[in-house]
Amino acid sequence: MTDLTRLSAADLAGRLATGEVSSVEATQAHLDRIAAVEPAVHAFLHVNGEDALATARDVDARRAAGEDLHVLAGVPIAVKDIVVTRGMPTTAGSRILEGWVPPYDATITTRLREAGLPILGKTNMDEFAMGSSTEHSAYGNTHNPWDLDRIPGGSGGGSAAAVAAYEAPLAIGTDTGGSIRQPGAVTGTVGVKPTYGGVSRYGLIALASSLDQAGPVTRTVLDSALLHELIGGHDPRDSTSIPEPLPALVDAARRGATGDLSGVRVGVVTELGGEGYQAGVRARFEESLELLRGAGAEIVEVSCPHFTYALGAYYLILPSEASSNLAKFDGMRFGLRVEPTEGPVTAERVMGATRGAGFGDEVKRRIILGTYALSAGYYDAYYGSAQKVRTLIQRDFAAAFERADVLVSPTAPTTAFRLGEKLDDPLAMYLNDVATIPANLAGVPGMSVPNGLSDDGLPVGLQILAPAKADDRLYRVGAALESLLENTWGAPLLSRAPELEVVT
Amino acid sequence: MSTISRDEVARVAGLARIDLTPAELDRLAGELDHIVDAVARVSEVATPDVPATSHPLPMTNVFREDVPEPTLDVDEILAGAPAAEQGRFLVPQILEED
Repeated sequence: MTDLTRLSAADLAGRLATGEVSSVEATQAHLDRIAAVEPAVHAFLHVNGEDALATARDVDARRAAGEDLHVLAGVPIAVKDIVVTRGMPTTAGSRILEGWVPPYDATITTRLREAGLPILGKTNMDEFAMGSSTEHSAYGNTHNPWDLDRIPGGSGGGSAAAVAAYEAPLAIGTDTGGSIRQPGAVTGTVGVKPTYGGVSRYGLIALASSLDQAGPVTRTVLDSALLHELIGGHDPRDSTSIPEPLPALVDAARRGATGDLSGVRVGVVTELGGEGYQAGVRARFEESLELLRGAGAEIVEVSCPHFTYALGAYYLILPSEASSNLAKFDGMRFGLRVEPTEGPVTAERVMGATRGAGFGDEVKRRIILGTYALSAGYYDAYYGSAQKVRTLIQRDFAAAFERADVLVSPTAPTTAFRLGEKLDDPLAMYLNDVATIPANLAGVPGMSVPNGLSDDGLPVGLQILAPAKADDRLYRVGAALESLLENTWGAPLLSRAPELEVVT
Repeated sequence: MSTISRDEVARVAGLARIDLTPAELDRLAGELDHIVDAVARVSEVATPDVPATSHPLPMTNVFREDVPEPTLDVDEILAGAPAAEQGRFLVPQILEED
């Protein structure tokens, strides 16, 4: 019998539609897989078994009754723990929200529930999405399924690891500076950051409001397109939501899968490569460019000179916005409350004690950095300058997209590093996102597609960037590259990952 | 340019309402100094003629029709609060008594 956990979401959806398998069978198979590999991987903070099975039973009954269902109805999904889920704990990886059960659903959650996707559980992440390795979670490390001693990327390491370890065919991630794409690269999975405003943020615990965007985490490009079409589009509850229909993403993915890229101009960004990028990462990138060229794409080199300032601008803008967004965690209305051990118990002193005890090191570091950058006397030099760099980066993108339909680069400069390796060096950790950050600063969409193994046998990703609201281009080029690579390999990249030891 | 002293970290942490231990203050002072040096490079290209961008895409404020909508369930909200009484959040005293 087919192992249902190995199917793509599209394949599983097809079998559900024909009645060959039921959603209960598919959901149970994934819950069994979670039970078997979670001791090693720890991708989940909460497993939602009974509720997921109840959704699956409901979908099966509605299908049996002949109801017209969404194409992904009955396909189970994992959700990053930064997306609020009514009746299901939501912690954002933080001690300060331990045990908090939201009184409402995010719009993403509502869309998943209305389409009948059983929610398997909530995935691990760096606390409040601050990090590139998931090591800043208050609830322990997630392990990369390719090598359990290595990081799964971050902040969405749980979602990427869950999909890579066949614990879920689909997952939701969020990407503020690369938190969907970089975990995708280091786990050999696909991740998409949509155009800013392309997916509703109502009910997402905000990190940096001018950068945050939610998107799909999957094993195939087509699956990302299917999920993106479900969660994307206008939401009146999010004032930054784009009030226009999405481009045809699934069509673009199917078109791309034919492997023909005639007439597509692919720009290689000079500044996102070379020094600082692992040799194996560079080699796989060059090979992928050859494949794209062979498929009819025209490869051009483009320069985005201000991208070298992107990391600096990002680490001023993000902490500044985060320091404001996280002010709501004050011990008054939700989550942890800690009273000072001595002296009067006033609201202000309770706030200080609660935040001191409830926030982890990286969160404290960034809130204090942001408070500093916004404080009197420093605002113009730091936050003001960073916002100007943002303009310059947008101009670089605009010029580059005059010459190219999409831009490409390696997604991350290196493969997955060892757990603990960069934990004591914040700046080294920040450099993981050097190639992904410019897209967030400019609001343009980006995708990471697995494009091979480096010399160390670990997966590498290729990043595709498109102009704002042209997310369909990611899917066309991404699906083309995926199909060209899989023709070369004879199987998906993930089939080369070692089998995990299972608990029986 | 070394700018962030231990005292400065303590002052900013106070503004951010985060109690730090002496060990945390020592560590953060060093780290933040290092980080601020690295990010301060942005001022090299942030010349007066470059306009600032606060938002990635052009956006204007949006309004909805002024009609009542159902609110969240009060009991569910208060169930997640550290303390509640008579259908309200119960909070510590706001003003310090001298």
